[in-house]
Amino acid sequence: MSTINADEVARLAALARIDLTPEETDRLAGDLDVIVQSVATVSEVAGDDVPATSHPIPLTNVLRDDVVGQTLPLEDILAQAPQAEDGQFAVPQILGEEQ
Amino acid sequence: MTTLVDYDDAIARFDPVLGIEVHVELGTATKMFDDAPAHFGAQPNSAVTPVSLGLPGALPVVNGTAVEYAIRIGLALNCQIAETCRFARKNYFYPDVPKNFQTSQYDEPIAFEGYLDVELEDGEVFRVEIERAHMEEDAGKNTHVGGSGRIHGAEYSLVDYNRAGIPLVEIVTKPITGVGARAPEVARAYVSALRDIFRTLGVSEARMERGNVRADVNLSLRATPDAPLGTRTETKNVNSFRSIERAVRYEVSRQAAVLDAGQSVVQETRHFHEDTGSTSSGRVKSDADDYRYFPEPDLVPLAPPREWVEEIRASLPELPALRRRRLVTEWGYSEEEMRDVVNAGALDLIEATVAAGAAPAAARKWWMGELSRTAKTSGVELADLDVTPQHVAELQALVDSGRVNDKLARQVLEGVLAGEGAPEDVVTARGLEVVSDDGPLLEVIDATLAEQPDIAEKIRSGNLGPMGVIIGAVMKATRGQADAGRVRELVQERLS
Repeated sequence: MSTINADEVARLAALARIDLTPEETDRLAGDLDVIVQSVATVSEVAGDDVPATSHPIPLTNVLRDDVVGQTLPLEDILAQAPQAEDGQFAVPQILGEEQ
Repeated sequence: MTTLVDYDDAIARFDPVLGIEVHVELGTATKMFDDAPAHFGAQPNSAVTPVSLGLPGALPVVNGTAVEYAIRIGLALNCQIAETCRFARKNYFYPDVPKNFQTSQYDEPIAFEGYLDVELEDGEVFRVEIERAHMEEDAGKNTHVGGSGRIHGAEYSLVDYNRAGIPLVEIVTKPITGVGARAPEVARAYVSALRDIFRTLGVSEARMERGNVRADVNLSLRATPDAPLGTRTETKNVNSFRSIERAVRYEVSRQAAVLDAGQSVVQETRHFHEDTGSTSSGRVKSDADDYRYFPEPDLVPLAPPREWVEEIRASLPELPALRRRRLVTEWGYSEEEMRDVVNAGALDLIEATVAAGAAPAAARKWWMGELSRTAKTSGVELADLDVTPQHVAELQALVDSGRVNDKLARQVLEGVLAGEGAPEDVVTARGLEVVSDDGPLLEVIDATLAEQPDIAEKIRSGNLGPMGVIIGAVMKATRGQADAGRVRELVQERLS
């Protein structure tokens, strides 16, 4: 049973701002479908006693003390910007709403 | 849609349901996931690290103090604290989010299933159920250049990432039902109660006007309380208590008009306009709201040890509602006086003044009178004035002992505010003590009576009417340093 079709890939690509050709969309739909099916197979094997795992290493509570460290110099920061003005990044006109 | 249904009419025919999301910026020294200072307002882009900028390879590390603050908030809101929870990526594209995702929490918030009892103006207590409180990070700040300065029509935007990554806790209510006509009041009281709690917990400065606390207000209408929930709108970033009330009122009237016209309310975000008190359509919920949340691979899960949670619980300060109830009894204030004190940010100051020895009524008189006026005139908060509760208590002690009268006390206070030192120092330096030695006072009185023989005669013949003239003249001659009561006695002695 196919769960990932070309339309779904096109929708995700649009959300992720990835420009795909129709050929790429079709190929990825096939590849991703295989991956999703594989994961589904694993899910069948995993019983309720296996907790969902987001990290391979069983590690928790990696916390930092609330102490101020080194910040980057402004020149270095803005050296990364295609355009800058008044110490800020200048970006093209923003369409749509803030989140 | 410009026609509105009268608010009372709308409430008579529809049942409003609220839902409120409040974001609070935590007052930590550093950001949520990196050690840049969490201090918005500095020179643009002066408080950023590779993590704040989302540079490739930069790795986040969770701020332990921010977690502690989030747990404090959760406990104060009677929430359960998760035994284990995760961070998640909320994916969307906007220039103020440099990583192209916001690190947040999704299906595993740190705190959940709580409630807050909110006291309304008339003393009625309303319980607001809390669904969750989760940790996330703030975005940077966009300034739109050209055009009108608003988003539409701007030619380009400038981005400052100092705010990007400042720790936030977002508190989400369950649908708040049964509010009826009091919906605006409940919304306001809830956010106001949260603000007080944040301050009491010491987790945020919680200044609405600085955007430390931001509220998104969801509202829907339904025909009757038994009906399923109607379609809601979400009015974003309503940033003052008054605006929260107005936004709710407006949406009730507007949605009632839409429903009356046989149309459906559109599920959308809306913007509140301070100038007109109205809301306007923002973004319709769409495909772009598919944030594709997934667990943040760069951060390991958080499992706050139970001992830590209990330690935090034990260290929680007395919460505002309880404290207010205790103090109103201890101090003998009226409910209204207490509310004014709280709204003026004078509660801590008065408590400290009382602790330093002043009577509660006197402490209130100074902080809510003279000092409030001074603060207002100079546009600063009461707490930022150059006067301490200790000073105010000392000043009142001077009044109580009769060493200065009210008028002199105000001059002493003026000196303290001007940085001339403690009240005692100002009294000495300015020579403001009440003249209590009768000798010099009698000299002045005799001279005054000699200057006004007609009036002296009238008083001598039993007409005490013009007494004020003599006392006034004596007070003037002594530059207010005489005790008016004593002057009256002496004048009567002299003329008897």
